[in-house]
Amino acid sequence: MSGSQAPRDAAATLSLRLYVAGNAPNSAAALANLAKLFPGSEANGPAVAIEVVDLLHEPSRGLVDGVVVSPTLVRLAPAPVRRIVGDLSDHQAVLLALGVPP
Amino acid sequence: MTWGHAMTKANHSVREIGQRTDDSRLPTGITGFDTLTRGGLPAGRTTLVVGGAGCGKTLFALQTLVEGARRWSEPGIFVAFEQRPQDIVADAASFGWDLPRLQRSKLFFLDAQLATTTVQAGAFDLAGLLAGLAHKAREMGARRIVFDGIDMLLTQLEDPAAERRELYRLHQWLQDSGLTGILTAKSEDSDPTLLHRYGFLQFLADCVVLLDHRLAGTVATRHLRIVKYRGGNASCNDVPLVLSARGVAVVSYDRETLDYEASSQRLTTGVAQLDTMLSGGFFRGSCVLVSGAPGTAKSTLAGAFAEAACRRGEPTLYVSFDQGSAEITRNLASVGIRLSAYLRSGRLRMHSVHARSRACEAHLSELRALAEEHGTRCLVIDPLSALNAAGEGDPRGRFERLILWAKERGITLLGTTLLSDDGREESTPIDVSTIADTWLHLTYSIQGGERSRSLSIVKARGIGHSNQVRELSLSRDGPTLTEVYVAGGAVLMGTMRWEREQQESASRARERRQAEDHQRHAEASVAELRSRIDVLKVELDTKVEELKRIRHQQSSDSDTRAATSSGLRRLRRADPVPSHPTAARPRPGKRP
Repeated sequence: MSGSQAPRDAAATLSLRLYVAGNAPNSAAALANLAKLFPGSEANGPAVAIEVVDLLHEPSRGLVDGVVVSPTLVRLAPAPVRRIVGDLSDHQAVLLALGVPP
Repeated sequence: MTWGHAMTKANHSVREIGQRTDDSRLPTGITGFDTLTRGGLPAGRTTLVVGGAGCGKTLFALQTLVEGARRWSEPGIFVAFEQRPQDIVADAASFGWDLPRLQRSKLFFLDAQLATTTVQAGAFDLAGLLAGLAHKAREMGARRIVFDGIDMLLTQLEDPAAERRELYRLHQWLQDSGLTGILTAKSEDSDPTLLHRYGFLQFLADCVVLLDHRLAGTVATRHLRIVKYRGGNASCNDVPLVLSARGVAVVSYDRETLDYEASSQRLTTGVAQLDTMLSGGFFRGSCVLVSGAPGTAKSTLAGAFAEAACRRGEPTLYVSFDQGSAEITRNLASVGIRLSAYLRSGRLRMHSVHARSRACEAHLSELRALAEEHGTRCLVIDPLSALNAAGEGDPRGRFERLILWAKERGITLLGTTLLSDDGREESTPIDVSTIADTWLHLTYSIQGGERSRSLSIVKARGIGHSNQVRELSLSRDGPTLTEVYVAGGAVLMGTMRWEREQQESASRARERRQAEDHQRHAEASVAELRSRIDVLKVELDTKVEELKRIRHQQSSDSDTRAATSSGLRRLRRADPVPSHPTAARPRPGKRP
């Protein structure tokens, strides 16, 4: 897979989008888990751009972007696009899917 | 007044699909289903459609959306959890619904499959999806929504508690949205470990429709049953579901009243002598059954009826099972029944199919659709009994529904049926005989090394009909019926009849000659006796005259003698003698 062959520094441009449904328990948990995974300190890891889309505020976004369940985390970059569904409580699985070393 | 008006309208809506009046019902537009459920699905509620693979769940749900959009301009949303929307649209292309056009404004398809590459990392829910759908529904003004293959999503939740929670969320959402929802799911028998899921689904739904697919012999048949209907008195019978060229259709004729019109118009049978036997022909809109052993000319009678109908200008449909149209037209032409011109003009349609190719209900549904499209007035099904072979279940009910359908439309139906040529004569295995209005039976009789066909009218409701058996003969000029010859209690036909007729006529001639001889003899003796009487009369007159003369002479002689004697007494002064000389009168029998 071309994704796994991408160089490490490409991960510096990790761009994520999290679709949530307001304060629904799973959505709130996903936000909390994401904050734990990427504490925001650039020294600790690669730079991460995270966009949060609240489907309750932008309801058409989900249908247009093909988001079926909430929460859904999409890795927009680096290519290819990857989707992770769930409250992101399984940190191992999330990092593996995003191609980020634990 | 308004109440009465509403009642009439409501009654009407049950009968006529395409009319909307009852707010508590949402018509599906699926033929037969709205009649079965007295109006359609519960409006603004949730309906669950359950069934195994290939039962027609997706089609049933999609068709409800499509018909809603086409007939009542109600936009709809289709959420596909199991298949790609483009595949669904492609699969439905053959039904002529023009989905691409509807998709531009009235139908919205959402691909809600979770891609196989999606990684699952924890619990998730439908809150975001439902928010998006609510928005879309408002935007489109949608009235109907389908969640197709909900079981796919539930399986991905990997937790019975989460399943229940999400189903509850969905149900709540549907109630709040005011949309009429259809959820489709595979039935529990596909996986017994999922029983809990279906128990909950069935509990949540206001209406549960069960579809199934079974084999009858080698023919697959689909069935539909309403398992649950809150607040309605929908029929719970197991009814056949048919996949036709226009989508699915439910075979439902749960009519409690038989209020079709009865015509008194007569239609010719196509055989003049048979018309006479039926004192005018079949009634329009009646059901005629022609039964008989193979080769007894059932198809010929059917052909004659079809030809006569075409000649009157009536659209006629000839449905033939297991025999090609070309073959039938050729065979009928050999006995003077010419259909090809009507076939070319389109007045006559011939529909030839292999009986075992599909389930019986599928055949019936197809021919009903054909007849309705063609505007058929006279329908021939040859043989009707073939439909019995292709399928299972309740053949009598099936034929009753067919006949009822025809009667409601005033279509005159003539069906042939094969009778097993054993002792069970005049009893049709398909039991149509009791529902048919007119029943003609054809038999063979073998006499003197010949087979002859004979026809009798077993029954003809409302028609004064001949009770005679007639001989049916076929020639280039068409079928004819001749009176049969009854001799010594036996019915004679064919050559034997001819021979017997010859014998009879010879003996009649002989008898006639003898009678004439007798008459002549008798006349001669009468004449002779008369002449003898004349002679005797003359003789008698002569004798009578002679007798008179003798008497006269006798009396004058005695007068002379008496005068002489009284003169003598006077002279001798003797006593006078009595005035009546009795002694002188001759006694009877002592005449000379």
